[in-house]
Amino acid sequence: MTDATSSALDWSVHPPYLHEPYRSTVKRSPQQPLVPLPRTLSELTGPVYGEDTVRPEDSDLTRNAVVNGEPIGERIIVTGRLLDDSGHPIPNALIEVWQANAAGRYIHKKDQHDAPLDPNFTGAGRTLTNDQGEYTFTTIRPGAYPWRNHENAWRPPHIHFSVFGTTFLERLVTQMYFPGDPLLAYDPIYNGIPSEEGRQRLIAAFDLDLTQPEWALGYRFDIVVCGPQQTPFE
Amino acid sequence: MSRQSPSQTVGPFFHPALIDVQAQNDLVTPQTQGERIIITGRVLDGDGVAVPDAMIEVWQADYQGIYPHPNDPRHTEADPHFRGFGRVDTWQTGDTFTLRTIRPGPVPWDDTIMQAPHINVRVFARGMLIHAVTRIYFAGEPANAADPVLSRIDSARRETLIAQQEDTGDLPTYRFDIHLQGDSETVFFNP
Ligand SMILES: [Fe+2]
Repeated sequence: MTDATSSALDWSVHPPYLHEPYRSTVKRSPQQPLVPLPRTLSELTGPVYGEDTVRPEDSDLTRNAVVNGEPIGERIIVTGRLLDDSGHPIPNALIEVWQANAAGRYIHKKDQHDAPLDPNFTGAGRTLTNDQGEYTFTTIRPGAYPWRNHENAWRPPHIHFSVFGTTFLERLVTQMYFPGDPLLAYDPIYNGIPSEEGRQRLIAAFDLDLTQPEWALGYRFDIVVCGPQQTPFE
Repeated sequence: MSRQSPSQTVGPFFHPALIDVQAQNDLVTPQTQGERIIITGRVLDGDGVAVPDAMIEVWQADYQGIYPHPNDPRHTEADPHFRGFGRVDTWQTGDTFTLRTIRPGPVPWDDTIMQAPHINVRVFARGMLIHAVTRIYFAGEPANAADPVLSRIDSARRETLIAQQEDTGDLPTYRFDIHLQGDSETVFFNP
């Protein structure tokens, strides 16, 4: 145990619990000050994932749910590196993604948006990072969808990411957005991020070098999680 | 140094990706060692209304207090039949989550002091732009009195971290309601 009471989470980039423009935060945001928690073995360990966690096809959302044809929409490749905030790549880490289809509809039963489901697309995938902390998904560019936060509210197209680092301290759930999207300026979830630098970190970069000719456009999206800056029992 | 990527809400539609495919609310197999327990509770908003689209993740040591992770110096002795990780949502029932696990052993704080048995918790939900971090301790556990984390917390709020045993028969069952807001707001940590 180190008596590092300073936070490892960087609150200059993470959104606060209460962000009133995102209405659902109003009743769901803790209001008491957070209690500092030194990093003990409980914080500096976490679930370990192995090869048996994922199958190779799990990272290709254009193929992992095919019933009778190819999913509709624009194929994209999303690739990047998972790093901790000291810049170390994180290998063998589980990354899970979920998203709406090209029409902006989730397969979820609770999604009542009047847009078609795609019989060949569930919008769910998972992968492990490789030795260099790199991951790749192939998917369909998601559509925008309406939500009821305010009058005429639309979520900008996004892919949800759930990331496990090597310890539970590094756990992160976030969303990837697309460059040049005019809806970003109106989105209270995206704008809950308190700094422009932080907001920019969630926008994937279009990369012509990742684009596969005659096949799919490529985007780069690196993810940085809070790392165990101090280790116990040194 | 790189700046961290900001958190964003898990949203309401995570279940097909995170829950159904990898239902993990039962951490116990027939070979797992330790006392079987049930943990059940609700996630409550500032009006005391149960949140129907929350996800709870738990991470805990085995019955000996060993984490199955290389950072635990004793990890080679960890119970091979216990993964320590669980995940459950409140959507399937609309209000209540239930986990089956084993009572964890005490975990070292440093070379001399132990932490009382506890389960590490992450709470995710629509309406939470970043998850909340808390811990479950167990009512009636003598080691609670000397636990270095509990002892840092005001006695008035300490109770929010202590799961209460319910008299339900089958397996020992502990209730742990998570109050996101309000007079009995749960203690949340800044890890
Ligand atoms: Fe979404």
